Amino acid sequence: MSGGYEFDDHSYDVVVVGAGGAGLRATVGLAESGLSTACITKVFPTRSHTVAAQGGISAALGNMGEDDWRWHMYDTVKGSDWLGDQDAIEYMCKEAAGAVIELEHYGVPFSRTELGTIYQRPFGGMTTHFGEGIAQRTCAAADRTGHAMLHSLYQQSLKHEATFFIEYFAIDLIMEDGACRGVVALDMATGRVHRFRAHKVILATGGYGRAYFSCTSAHTCTGDGNAMVLRAGLPLQDMEFVQFHPTGIYGAGMLITEGSRGEGGYLTNSDGERFMERYAPNAKDLASRDVVSRAMTLEIREGRGVGDNKDHIFLHLEHLGPEVIDERLPGIAETARIFAGVDITREPIPVLPTVHYNMGGVPTNYHGDVLTRVADDPNVMVPGLMAVGEAACVSVHGANRLGSNSLLDLVIFGRAAARRCADTISKSGQYRPLPADAGSEAIARLERLRNANGSRPTAEIRLEMQRIMQSHAAVFRTGETLREGLEMLSACFDSFSDVNVSDRSLIWNTDLIETLELENLLAQAMATIASALNRKESRGAQAREDYPERDDVNWMKHTLAWVDSSGKVALDYRPVHQETLTDEVEPIPPKARVY
Amino acid sequence: MTATEPNTESADVDLSRLKWRCRRGMRELDVLLERFLERQYAAASAEIQAAFARLLSLPDPEIFALIMGRQIADDPQLRDVIQRLRHSH
Repeated sequence: MSGGYEFDDHSYDVVVVGAGGAGLRATVGLAESGLSTACITKVFPTRSHTVAAQGGISAALGNMGEDDWRWHMYDTVKGSDWLGDQDAIEYMCKEAAGAVIELEHYGVPFSRTELGTIYQRPFGGMTTHFGEGIAQRTCAAADRTGHAMLHSLYQQSLKHEATFFIEYFAIDLIMEDGACRGVVALDMATGRVHRFRAHKVILATGGYGRAYFSCTSAHTCTGDGNAMVLRAGLPLQDMEFVQFHPTGIYGAGMLITEGSRGEGGYLTNSDGERFMERYAPNAKDLASRDVVSRAMTLEIREGRGVGDNKDHIFLHLEHLGPEVIDERLPGIAETARIFAGVDITREPIPVLPTVHYNMGGVPTNYHGDVLTRVADDPNVMVPGLMAVGEAACVSVHGANRLGSNSLLDLVIFGRAAARRCADTISKSGQYRPLPADAGSEAIARLERLRNANGSRPTAEIRLEMQRIMQSHAAVFRTGETLREGLEMLSACFDSFSDVNVSDRSLIWNTDLIETLELENLLAQAMATIASALNRKESRGAQAREDYPERDDVNWMKHTLAWVDSSGKVALDYRPVHQETLTDEVEPIPPKARVY
Repeated sequence: MTATEPNTESADVDLSRLKWRCRRGMRELDVLLERFLERQYAAASAEIQAAFARLLSLPDPEIFALIMGRQIADDPQLRDVIQRLRHSH
């Protein structure tokens, strides 16, 4: 009992939080190995954000021509701008082929070649012979790879008798003497609070794109696991590294493919000027993602954005004519009409650089064990706690992620975490008792927010946070903008103590859930902007105007960020693992990242 | 459980549950489904409301294919809901 609450108690060998690709792959592996496994998820498993991953999954199968996992490793290290840990990247690329074949056996209907092998397509940044040729390395199940993976893995999990707790919202970890003992979750349908005791908790809670105004991620991507880790007094890693796509539809987030500019689309500001000609006189609108996103952001910052708030840019396709659009850019007209209300044969599409992926997250080793730094030791394992997928920072993506490496990350480290558990957990069925007050802090958090009676609606604070992150911690970063952003965000963070939740019930109280999520997002936003301000270099997705070069002497290291309950951020570092896991491959020494 | 009053307004509970089930894996669907729920659902007929609930039970790629016109629903009421979603901007 705690404050009028009576817990529903459960004990499992392992509890997985999150049922996207990573959480389900872990769940399958755990259940297969005979461990009693629970998977807690706030949305139905096949509605996790992995469903939106259409591109595919990379693995050096060599079905379409020569390939080698070492070349894939080289591409990934280079893509990471040498911030990725080479032992983990070696592990991921070497294990990829076996893990993809397993997916096929689990029932993922990969597209096939005429010979009946898995068809593989080229993808940006994927090369052969260490950057020389173009690799065909990406496996896909038509345009439904993510959905096919979720569906197959969910069926396999059920077959192996994993237990699912669906539409349960995880509130907090249960910690005891620095070890994780379980997790507390709210059953949204009944309002009852459940306490899960486990030998291991695996966080597979995804990214936190919704900290920004414009993101491609679903509404559910609020990084709840990341925030639970922060509240447990543990750090997040490399949170300054956020991947953007230049052309998301303003106010909606869905992407307009870069192919649209390839076919002759161009951007204009409020003066009607084709401003890319100033920033990239040769490539103009075909400049790289980073360059286009930065130029758009600068135009907006300098007051030349379009719209009532002068906070976005126009993408023109109307000059191309309906025939070209229909033939070369199918779907774009529909997308623009449905989501922006725009007829692209007559008017421009409002667009904005849009968050696509979070490289940062919970620091782990390549087994999935959560790590922290204590005094001089940067690799202290947190007993009982693991993290996988976009929530984790292994780190295989370093400062930037390559396309089709995220589905691979989910599968490889979901699988690795399950293996680790199978190797280390004895199936004795014995569980140490929880401390008497276990879960009381989670209840206190729930009660504080359920009864929040301030003056600011959740949606208002959330929008303010999102606008600050978009204008001050997106693509254009200087010490000045980040410092100003940090101040504004601190004030926004403080104002959360004045939040108002109108519904006092516990059953399907979406207002309360969104408020819990907002508190999670605020802590991650603080970590992101403070880490970005602190890193005085440009690397991968972090581009600092005032420090335009990569600085390997001072900054080839991972940032760790702790955020306390008042929003204060403390920073430290972990070294990048530049050594490989085995002698099957040489470490890849840093050089300029040029494509 | 709790010292609190359970939410006795079952219509409110139904609407809240529906709101949560508009939470999908794809942002495209989040945006359209929530917009429909907020602006059109309350005024829609019981048949349309029921069709909306049926739509929410479909997998995300299928809902998306229906909305983008790549797939056509057999169910006329579902087609009606899809048309409303397509023209909700």
